[in-house]
Amino acid sequence: MTAVRVFDPSMCCSTGICGPSVDPALVRFAADLAWLKAQGVTVERFNLSQQPAAFAEDAAVKAALEARGEASLPLVKVNDEVKSSGGFPSREELSAWVGLASGSDAEVKPTSKRCCGESRADKPGCC
Amino acid sequence: MSTLIKHPTRILFFTGKGGVGKTSAACATAIGLADTGQRVLLVSTDPASNLDEVLGVELGAAPTAIPNVPGLSALNIDPEQAARTYREHVVGPYRGVLPTAAIASMEEQLSGACTVEIAAFDEFSKLLGDPAVTAAFDHVIFDTAPTGHTLRLLELPAAWTSFIDDNVGGTSCLGPLAGLAAQKALYAASNDALRDASQTTLVLVARPDRSSLAEAERTRGELAQLGVANVRLILNGVFQARDRGDAIAVAMEARGHVALAALPPGLRAVERIDVPLLPFGLVGIAALRAMGTLGGSAGVLVPESATDAFRGQRLEEIVDELAKRGKGVVMTMGKGGVGKTTVAARIAGELARRGFAVTLTTTDPAAHVAQAARDLGEHASQLRVTRIDPELESRRYTDEVLATAGRGLDAQGRALLEEDLRSPCTAEIAVFRAFAETVAEGEDRFVVIDTAPTGHTLLLLDAAESYHREVLRKPSGSPEAVQRLLPRLRDPSFTHILLVTLPEATPIHEAMQLERDLARADIKPFAWVVNQSLTPLTVTDPVLRTRRAHEATHLRELVGHAARIVLEPWSDSVSLHDWHASTLTPVVRATSAHA
Repeated sequence: MTAVRVFDPSMCCSTGICGPSVDPALVRFAADLAWLKAQGVTVERFNLSQQPAAFAEDAAVKAALEARGEASLPLVKVNDEVKSSGGFPSREELSAWVGLASGSDAEVKPTSKRCCGESRADKPGCC
Repeated sequence: MSTLIKHPTRILFFTGKGGVGKTSAACATAIGLADTGQRVLLVSTDPASNLDEVLGVELGAAPTAIPNVPGLSALNIDPEQAARTYREHVVGPYRGVLPTAAIASMEEQLSGACTVEIAAFDEFSKLLGDPAVTAAFDHVIFDTAPTGHTLRLLELPAAWTSFIDDNVGGTSCLGPLAGLAAQKALYAASNDALRDASQTTLVLVARPDRSSLAEAERTRGELAQLGVANVRLILNGVFQARDRGDAIAVAMEARGHVALAALPPGLRAVERIDVPLLPFGLVGIAALRAMGTLGGSAGVLVPESATDAFRGQRLEEIVDELAKRGKGVVMTMGKGGVGKTTVAARIAGELARRGFAVTLTTTDPAAHVAQAARDLGEHASQLRVTRIDPELESRRYTDEVLATAGRGLDAQGRALLEEDLRSPCTAEIAVFRAFAETVAEGEDRFVVIDTAPTGHTLLLLDAAESYHREVLRKPSGSPEAVQRLLPRLRDPSFTHILLVTLPEATPIHEAMQLERDLARADIKPFAWVVNQSLTPLTVTDPVLRTRRAHEATHLRELVGHAARIVLEPWSDSVSLHDWHASTLTPVVRATSAHA
């Protein structure tokens, strides 16, 4: 069974609507994951500020964090393989990785923008 | 030994508009109960708590025994401290496990206003919903935050319980408090405790004036809807003139009679305790004990000092200065109940009368600015009255997000987004954006903002600071109004903050604390307004003369401290019931297109 695991940076929520500005790419990514889930794929999403244990327990994620810091997030794993790091994959990419046909025309360009911004010293957090 | 509340339940809540003597009444009740041999825990949930000052003891997050009152302990739920504790609870275990950058990122994410609010709520729930935590006490007395905030706190268990229930996505926006879903049982217990008349009494505290009683009735109605029905009313500051030749004293007494004659029917049915206007400030155990015995033996009259020549400025002089600027933001800040709304409405009215285009608006969840809009006659068209309504702002923000970020999503994606938008955090950000947009209006007219009570205002400003840093880093994503909020608030030629206070120790000290907090955000108040002062008046009634003498002491603290001090004489004509709402229709900000 295919399992997709997404390791998000610290953010307030899955869509980022409680930040000062809403990133449409993040909203679409959340929608794509919901779609994936509806296709029967197991999807798990971990938020660094809410589920740090998942990050600490995954050797590949921990290594990516140590090498590139929060810039390595979001990190997407399909089964045990790291598929992308530091950006949102499109629905097409997600579909291809799990062996599904894409079910929507919603295009998502990979981007590093997200809910509560990227790692930096003075980030206040959106919630 | 009498106590204010007969047959007290285990849990007592004191609520009321700020400045009505809520803290004093809670303390007097707590002391009275402790004096009868009960073990009492007194809790403040107010972000701007003044329990320390009133009791004369430095309090913390754990119960502290109050010297000279055997059996009484007190604690402050300090929201900032609660947030720090919560943050450390989440982050602590991962120090040394995750890279430093990841730890820093987690800490930053958990440092916003929403975390603060929710962490405080969590502390509150523990005291209310978990009997083991308070097992060492016979009574737990909550000196709650001003009304709007109190109601939000009280509503939270219901709102969140249903939010946790409905949140089918599971990973959605519970914000930084996702972990709290595990506390569901605790919230349910808090909820039950609140509604159980054998466990909980809600004490409404009001002054004998119409606006204060209207507020109490509003609270009673909302609480009744929430299923809280075991209610008492403390009428604080009931005044009887002893010197019939004193016009001020007679007017003050008459105002009380008028207000009581018009007591809303809902409040008539509530058991009432009248506390007389005392000739002294309610700071210190002895004064509070005297209040608990309804004045009792403590009618100590202090001699008038001959050195109270301080006159201050008049509000009109401040308006003259503001008028020279031609536009900009005027904000009234201070403890609730000190007359911020009245001062804001008067300034807005004065500016409109001089021909300026003026918006009068509020962020206070419990506001009645419309009620306070003065009859401007021919100048009425110059004044627009608006309100920042959290519910409406949330809907507006939700619609906007769905129309922009939600565009092109399939039904499933849209449902997910809608679910996130139901988060308790949405209201916070929506109100914040509305506040920023209101401030931005000051670019081409006068905007007079009657702000929320101190604690909430601070959260807003804290949010401004945080967001300012956020937008500096990512300037493209945020609305212009949000990007420029803090620079605007810091610009003394654009924003004029008036610290409003009463000539009493606690409101003055709270305003000074607020002034220090503002200084940390690089914001300097324009002027102080001391409201409802007896100093400029001639009084002969013994109680009023004593109060006037006390005022001189407090005013001396301010002289030399502030550049501009306005001294507004006590007047029954500035009370809210004399404002005419009929000529102005309140427009809620979101729908107030420039008509």
